Amino acid sequence: MSAVLDTLKTKLGQRGLVALALGLAIVFPLFFDQLATQMDVAIFVLAYVMMALGLNIVVGFAGLLDLGYVAFYAIGAYTVGWLASDHFTGVGGESGIHVLVSDFVGNASGIHINFFVVIFAAVLIAAALGALIGLPTLRLRGDYIAIVTLAFGEIIGRIALNGDEITFGEYQLTNGQQAISPVDQPYIPFANFEFDSAFNLRPYYWTGLLLLCFTLFVNFRLRDSRLGRAWIALREDEVAAASMGVPLVRTKLLAYAAGASLGGIAGSFLGSYNNAINSNQFLFSFSIFVLAMVILGGMGSIWGVTAGAFALAVIDRYLIPEVFDDLPSKVGLDFQLTQLSFGIFGFLLVLIMVLRPEGLFPERRRKMELTEGVGTDESVFEARG
Amino acid sequence: MNAPTVPFAQRNAVVAVRAFLGRYGLILALLVLPVVYGIQDLSQDGDLSRLGNNLVAGISNGAIWALIALGYTLVYGIIELINFAHGEVFMIGSFVAASFWGTLGLTLTTGIPGLIIGLFATLLVAMVACASLNVMIERVAYRPLRNAPKLAPLITAVGFSFILQNVGILWRGGSQQSVDNLIHQEQSIVEILGVVISRGDLMAIGVTVPLVFVVTAFIARSRLGKAMRATAQDPEAARLMGINVDQTISLTFLLGGMLAGAAGLVYALYQTNVWFFQGFTAGLIAFTAAVMGGIGNLRGAVLGGLIIGCIQQISDNRIGGEWTPVIVFGYLILIMTFRPRGLLGEQTREAG
Repeated sequence: MSAVLDTLKTKLGQRGLVALALGLAIVFPLFFDQLATQMDVAIFVLAYVMMALGLNIVVGFAGLLDLGYVAFYAIGAYTVGWLASDHFTGVGGESGIHVLVSDFVGNASGIHINFFVVIFAAVLIAAALGALIGLPTLRLRGDYIAIVTLAFGEIIGRIALNGDEITFGEYQLTNGQQAISPVDQPYIPFANFEFDSAFNLRPYYWTGLLLLCFTLFVNFRLRDSRLGRAWIALREDEVAAASMGVPLVRTKLLAYAAGASLGGIAGSFLGSYNNAINSNQFLFSFSIFVLAMVILGGMGSIWGVTAGAFALAVIDRYLIPEVFDDLPSKVGLDFQLTQLSFGIFGFLLVLIMVLRPEGLFPERRRKMELTEGVGTDESVFEARG
Repeated sequence: MNAPTVPFAQRNAVVAVRAFLGRYGLILALLVLPVVYGIQDLSQDGDLSRLGNNLVAGISNGAIWALIALGYTLVYGIIELINFAHGEVFMIGSFVAASFWGTLGLTLTTGIPGLIIGLFATLLVAMVACASLNVMIERVAYRPLRNAPKLAPLITAVGFSFILQNVGILWRGGSQQSVDNLIHQEQSIVEILGVVISRGDLMAIGVTVPLVFVVTAFIARSRLGKAMRATAQDPEAARLMGINVDQTISLTFLLGGMLAGAAGLVYALYQTNVWFFQGFTAGLIAFTAAVMGGIGNLRGAVLGGLIIGCIQQISDNRIGGEWTPVIVFGYLILIMTFRPRGLLGEQTREAG
């Protein structure tokens, strides 16, 4: 047993483990029906892991507590809603605007741009929004940053809900309480292949997996880059980092922008998969859900966050609604477990923080801070200074 | 190097404008809504009665926010933690109050003496319940993390707020529930120049004002209040002076919880409906109020509560309730960015 553990600790062993996990992830859909619930769950899990990795950049690397991450999910989803549906009917005249789309939507009015192009737009818009939200927080201390980001998240959720009252000429910003639906399905132009979530979920799964691999790659490269080291320095001690020549404004804004753009990717992917942009899903509780993933896994640790997000996403999308939903009624209680999902996450947050504040798979440096009191924010009783 | 290109007089003017905005900018921003709608009222109706009614309702609502904001500001002053679960404690206070007066058998037909005694008992029960709940939360979720980075208790606070919301869902379901309008809150008592002061307004002010006076006097005069102020200034030194810091922090949560419980009863009587989500919204509004007044500052919290109540009421009435959160959070962001010390100044360790 210990021999196995030792092999796992070597670099080669770790690479083997990653390759094994990736291989399993690739062949996973072949074991299930094309429309199985497990496929649907798996697609959501992929998107949630992407979001958690995005938030990990802001919270884990740069140490800026962001409680409004749902804003980037919203903006990613709405980018798809705006650029790949008939929401803006009448733009571009009778024939509409079409970029690399299938024949199926080729004649529809409105703006129809290929999903794989829209995703880049989502990245840019989300990054810009992230930097914009970051701007007012630059001079603030830790817990005030949390409140300002929360306020922005709520404002954007509200704008999504009441967007039908914001109009440009004859166009509404959003559809208000009604969803923007249907949204174009992704389409691979040169292979002439169109996705169809009503018949086959596998293409979505593999697209999501590809996007997730990209997200992981970005996370690792960023962490080990000059910028990533600047983020960590900033997290450990802002004053020291600034005096060593780390440009605070740029570094912080880049953290917000990078985290936001990954959220935008995940949001546009989910929006396209859901085939509808519902304005009532962008709630504060979702921001906390993503934050819980990051904290469960261990802030700053990429594999930890991946594992934490995987666990919580499976609990949220599969175990609570599919497996244990009628558990309370079996023991004679009159409610469904789904009603309590956020209470369960709240309980997990408290439990992890009290029992194992560094998360399940902590980053080494972060663990040091928490156990030996090094770095980040000063705690209450060392507050003189 | 750039100085010669800017004439002195002009630079002085810029500095003067900046200083003026720094000092009065927040007040100006807060006056925008009442002034704009006041002018609109004067030109359309010829009098200010609509704005006056908004302001009366705003002050009554603001009294509730002030009670909650006091809890935020007390806790922030002493351990520098945004007690996210505070809004939910207030929500539980409303639920306890509504259930308890049901148990007492208070109905719409109860006579005035019985009503006053019954509601007074309800007030005490709600205050005790919320105070114990708040102290319990501090014991379970914040005390073990006293020496952890500040992020940790903030996260457990959010966790507890979700747990309490779910308790609310299990208790009274997931939608708004109306409760008996026991005091017939909309009945008018006096009408001055078209401005109606109703029973609800009187009740909100009548509960809030004595409580605020008692709490501020307690903190300013009593021995325990002195210990609280000392702990807020410097916990380590306070401990060295023989103050039991843990107990003092518990006391702070106790006071905050009592005020939240009272706010819960007032809310249930005034709004005549309760639901599990009221705490989240109220918590954020009250936090905005606490920051607006200057966090850690008791008078500031009351002032901020009243101001935010008026803004919220004007926005509900004129712009539309669905946009009110945007307006309130917009103000929150503005204050945080341009004047984080608030109207009356912070009284926390970090502010010095």
